[in-house]
Amino acid sequence: MEHRLSFERAGPMTKSNLPSSISLWRKIVNKLMTVLVIVAVILAVIPLVVILVDVFIKGGPAINIGFLIHLPTAPNLPGGGIANAIVGSFTMVGLASLISVPIGVGAGIFFSEWSSSKLSTISGFMNDVLTGFPSIVLGLFVFVIIVLTSKQFSAFAGGVALSFVMIPIIARTTDESLKLVPMTLREASMALGIPRWKTVLKVVISTGKNGLLSGILLSVARATGETAPLLLTAATSSYFAKSIFQPTASLTVLIYNYGTSPYATWQTQAWGAALVLILIMLGLNLLVKFTIGRSLTGNARMEM
Amino acid sequence: MRFKLLRGDTILIIALAAAALFIIGLVVGLAVELYRGSAPSIVKFGPSFLIGSKWEPSRDLFGALPFIYGTLLTSAIAIVIGFPISLGVAVFISEKLKSHQTFGYLLGVIVDLLAAVPSVIYGLWGVFILIPFLRDYVEKPLHNSLGFIPLFSTTPFGYDFFTAGVILAIMIIPTMSAVTRDVLNVVPKSQREAMYSLGATDWEVTQKSVLPYARSGIFGAFVLGLGRAFGETMAVTMVIGNIPHITSNLFSPGATLSSLIANEFGESSGIYKSALIEIGLVLFFVALLINALARLLLWRMTRGTQAKF
Repeated sequence: MEHRLSFERAGPMTKSNLPSSISLWRKIVNKLMTVLVIVAVILAVIPLVVILVDVFIKGGPAINIGFLIHLPTAPNLPGGGIANAIVGSFTMVGLASLISVPIGVGAGIFFSEWSSSKLSTISGFMNDVLTGFPSIVLGLFVFVIIVLTSKQFSAFAGGVALSFVMIPIIARTTDESLKLVPMTLREASMALGIPRWKTVLKVVISTGKNGLLSGILLSVARATGETAPLLLTAATSSYFAKSIFQPTASLTVLIYNYGTSPYATWQTQAWGAALVLILIMLGLNLLVKFTIGRSLTGNARMEM
Repeated sequence: MRFKLLRGDTILIIALAAAALFIIGLVVGLAVELYRGSAPSIVKFGPSFLIGSKWEPSRDLFGALPFIYGTLLTSAIAIVIGFPISLGVAVFISEKLKSHQTFGYLLGVIVDLLAAVPSVIYGLWGVFILIPFLRDYVEKPLHNSLGFIPLFSTTPFGYDFFTAGVILAIMIIPTMSAVTRDVLNVVPKSQREAMYSLGATDWEVTQKSVLPYARSGIFGAFVLGLGRAFGETMAVTMVIGNIPHITSNLFSPGATLSSLIANEFGESSGIYKSALIEIGLVLFFVALLINALARLLLWRMTRGTQAKF
């Protein structure tokens, strides 16, 4: 900073004799742009604050114990709850994790440890492309391969759809966090005569496990908030599903259905469900941000 | 012993390569299955599907043009509003806050959290808060004072292209600003120092030396944001009104490719369902193109700067 200030005091340096008003003009432009940039930040942050505040104000009164443990009721009847939607969301995200964690972590390790192979380049590129895919397209895909074949909307189909949302995120964050593991650790392990597979599983993964875990948690958060794929695969239900092969309610689809319905009671419950959902999401995200996630690099973070 | 070691390595590499192959298979499978699902509609309507402007399932009329138009228009509104703001946020965090690491980090966290809010909650907030606000304080004044311009000539009800574009802008700002910020962070320090040593002001350094250096990465962030806007479904479905229209009226209800699928899929069957899957196929190829372009641009910018061991 020092050298710049003293320099501006000395006036414009270009082509010797420019009038000092140009210097003033440059200072004005500089200040103006600073102000504009700050305005942009304010404009970007306001919606977050407003959305969070609105969800708490409107959702808070809707939440009580009964809301969390009761089944939905018909519109305009009191006492309706979202228990089945909560259970449904957790079931499907759980299923999705079972599928996506092994595949995502496996692919991520491959991207990081065999990064020079052709397969790694191509698959890594496809993976990045997949991250930006509209989730409703993934839902359509699962509808065609599972729902059309089994002629049944189901938690299973919903879980598969969510797993396709999670896999690219897990693969990329795994890749990023394992790349942060110093090469010297790998070399030290290999120098001790430990085979590569043991080096990868015991040395590389245990060093990078924080980043790996935060990637998985972030992908779980993302899947919990997905609506469009579930709309096409799990549909909804007013009861607890008896098996994973039946239509299943989820928090997000319930918010969509209730929020777009004309009934006041359902609309209030939509806000309540939104508050429950946002608490889950914020909890997972803040957990990652402030504990294990600090080791994530920019590229991994931007996938979220 | 030697044989055993080799086997462990082989098993691991096969398992991991299978996972990597799965991802390629997923993208290929998507294309194949969506094509299979939409085959009846492709065979029946041919290319007229893409250029037809009428969507009346009860009369077996399926034209995707109003939805392509709606997707383009809402994304354009989102980019016009969102891109400058994102650029501002990124410049603020990476250029202005260099000496305030903690504050910059916190701001980054806040912007990232905005990205974590589920689409359906944006939609709910859009329906109950944003629509009344925009309708009463933005759309009605614009309509009353500038209603002679075709853009603003429809009486606003709030469920329209404009609201959808604003919601999209709010949703893509976190993505675009986070990516832009990361791109600005890899601009070498010497680039800035050289400019400062010529006596440039902060803004001149940003404008003449940082932004030009980062332009391909910034364009990548721009395209990535565009991709998000293209595919975003729930929030748009909830606020756009879901009536297919091709009109320059920003305050007219409309529909997008994704909102059409979300809104009508449940009640469709037969050729109608197949037509909706074909809409998904269109969305697939657009998303593939946009994302591949964005990744190539970002890759060009950040290649070589990441930790490679």
